[in-house]
Amino acid sequence: MKHTLSILVNNHPGVMSHVSGLFTRRGYNIDSIAVGVTDNAEVSSMTIVLNGDDFVVGQVKNQLLKLPDVLRVQDMAYASSVQRELVLISFSITEGNRSEALTICNGFDVKILEMTEDSLLIEFSGNSRQVANIISVLKPFGIREISRTGQIAIAYRNQNSV
Amino acid sequence: MSSTTEAITGGRLMVELLEEAGVEIVFGYPGGAILPFYDELYHSKKIKHILVRHEQGAVHMAEGYARSTGKLGVCIATSGPGATNLITGLTDAKLDSIPILAITGQVATDAIGTDAFQEADIFGITIPITKYNALIKKADDLARHFEEAIKIAMGGRPGPVLLDFPKDVQTQKTTVRKATSLKIAPHHYERPKVKGDPQEFAEVLNGAKRPLLYVGGGAINSFASAEIKALAEKANAPVTTTLMGLGAFPGTHPLSVGMLGMHGTAYANKAVLECDYILNLGARFDDRVAKYQDFAPNAIRAHVDIDAAEFNKRINVDHILHGDLKDAIREILPFVKGGDRSSWIENIQTLKKNHPLDYDNSGDSIKPQDFLQRVYARTKGEAIVSTDVGQHQMWAAQYYLFDRPNTWLTSGGLGTMGYGLPAAIGAKFGNPDKTVICVTGDGSFQMCIQELATIAQSKLGVKILLFNNNFLGMVRQWQELFYEERFSESQWTYNPDFVKLSEAYGIPAMKIEHKSEIEKGVDFFLKDSGSALIEVMIPAEEKVFPMIPAGKSQQDLIEFKDLGKLKK
Repeated sequence: MKHTLSILVNNHPGVMSHVSGLFTRRGYNIDSIAVGVTDNAEVSSMTIVLNGDDFVVGQVKNQLLKLPDVLRVQDMAYASSVQRELVLISFSITEGNRSEALTICNGFDVKILEMTEDSLLIEFSGNSRQVANIISVLKPFGIREISRTGQIAIAYRNQNSV
Repeated sequence: MSSTTEAITGGRLMVELLEEAGVEIVFGYPGGAILPFYDELYHSKKIKHILVRHEQGAVHMAEGYARSTGKLGVCIATSGPGATNLITGLTDAKLDSIPILAITGQVATDAIGTDAFQEADIFGITIPITKYNALIKKADDLARHFEEAIKIAMGGRPGPVLLDFPKDVQTQKTTVRKATSLKIAPHHYERPKVKGDPQEFAEVLNGAKRPLLYVGGGAINSFASAEIKALAEKANAPVTTTLMGLGAFPGTHPLSVGMLGMHGTAYANKAVLECDYILNLGARFDDRVAKYQDFAPNAIRAHVDIDAAEFNKRINVDHILHGDLKDAIREILPFVKGGDRSSWIENIQTLKKNHPLDYDNSGDSIKPQDFLQRVYARTKGEAIVSTDVGQHQMWAAQYYLFDRPNTWLTSGGLGTMGYGLPAAIGAKFGNPDKTVICVTGDGSFQMCIQELATIAQSKLGVKILLFNNNFLGMVRQWQELFYEERFSESQWTYNPDFVKLSEAYGIPAMKIEHKSEIEKGVDFFLKDSGSALIEVMIPAEEKVFPMIPAGKSQQDLIEFKDLGKLKK
């Protein structure tokens, strides 16, 4: 099962190594990792998506909390948090399928960043299911390049809103 | 300008901070990148520096010092190769939760990352093997990093920390001589409050008919021996310890069933099978003790630990108390009731009688078990014993009964050959008035043998008991029992003359080969407070029993008397 961990850490060199190293040496796999500084310049937020059962996630949480630079670890339930990923996709088009491609882009609320005779460069953000979806829809056109940020997440303040 | 704001060099500040932390002794080896610090250390009147022969020696000495005194152990190395020589010892300290501060020199900040002479990314290298580490980039940060590192090393579950000091940081001047604020959260160093319900916890123990206490190295780290004894006696519960927990409960106490695990006593391992309640006090259900999820199959399992990450890590438990062991037991104790457990105690006594530690002492050869028992008798069990790793380690664990904590120094988690000699040296520096014995084997001894020079240089009264079977004994034992006697690369076809070698370092030495020489050997070994080496030739085929074969559980324990069965 996929879990999303939101982790606050001290923002200084080496912290990323400490965190990712913990995963490596304990044999846990990271699906995605996204890091950015928070409103406090001394604190960064990491979002880590990992695959594992409750035991594995419990272990990861406990071991993370032992790292002196880790300030908080939160396991984000999908239903009670907003989860987003930004993806940039460049894909091929032809004269014949250009309008089809644009229709799809409209439907997905995609931002078009560049259009050439034979390609489209788009920006899309959404949850992991939506990102997977748009990639699979665009695949038949011929994807040239994909760049993804990895997932970020934040919990709803009102946990009863679900 | 007042003295507190006067600018001093980073190197000077490092020495001052060590002095302020109460550090009296450091073990190290100088080199280019750490020279500014060494230059300042030259002037220190409070800190004694022990010059080692290899940095691995320095870190194991720091460990031996820390384990035997309960204080912080400090070791120092230069950049690059000096620092990488600390790796084994730091890993050892991580696995056995020993508080170590390693100070390393680093190339100057403007050379970092350029593959400079003697540069190694020791910060990156030691991330997985330290509890905490840091590269200090400016002298103004030094005080904070020092305070954080020492607090982390000693706080909570102890462990090794490493601070890496670029050469120019050691020469830079700073006025920041005290940390104004710490960047790490207090829970990393403050003593945690006990979490859980001590009363409920005690009541489960009260309800048990056949309770067993299972004591680990955490008991030593939290100085909880008195509390454990009080708990065992009040609850009338037998106590077994792990290899790391030896000495946390008196080995001679009537309620002691000795060590459990792969080479633990048969009665301890059988008690685990029969108990209906097992209380883990500061142990970690290590795989040499608790092989499978069905460990203590008939028992309710309870666990007290300072490290929440240990709960349910390998073995699921029913009841948890999170906190410092000493505090936790103190909170449980008022609720603990005695109860009549005479039939359980009787049962244990029967197990002890029917399944004793045993070996065949007929014939002319010297049996290591016999020799250790005599050393035990002669020292009245009052020595500090360090060991290397292998058969001799297990024999020492079995036959030298430890009554007090901090007197048994062994590499438990990592199983580091080469640990014993430097650990004994560190312990002797920390306990100059005590007899310190290093029990070693011909294989292990040669891994840090150069530290004999450190003994000689300091005229240190360390005793070395060398069991020589011209084999890697434990490897040989496994090969004999599980690899159809294919002794692949376990035999030493060349060993030096250990007596001459020892004498070359100025350490009196003697070799004995026959049973008739034992008393003479023990006399020689322990006759005065000076250093001595006794080389005891033992049969190569001598084995450690009992034994739980690797991958098997308590049910599959092999005792000495089962040897015949096993060979078929």
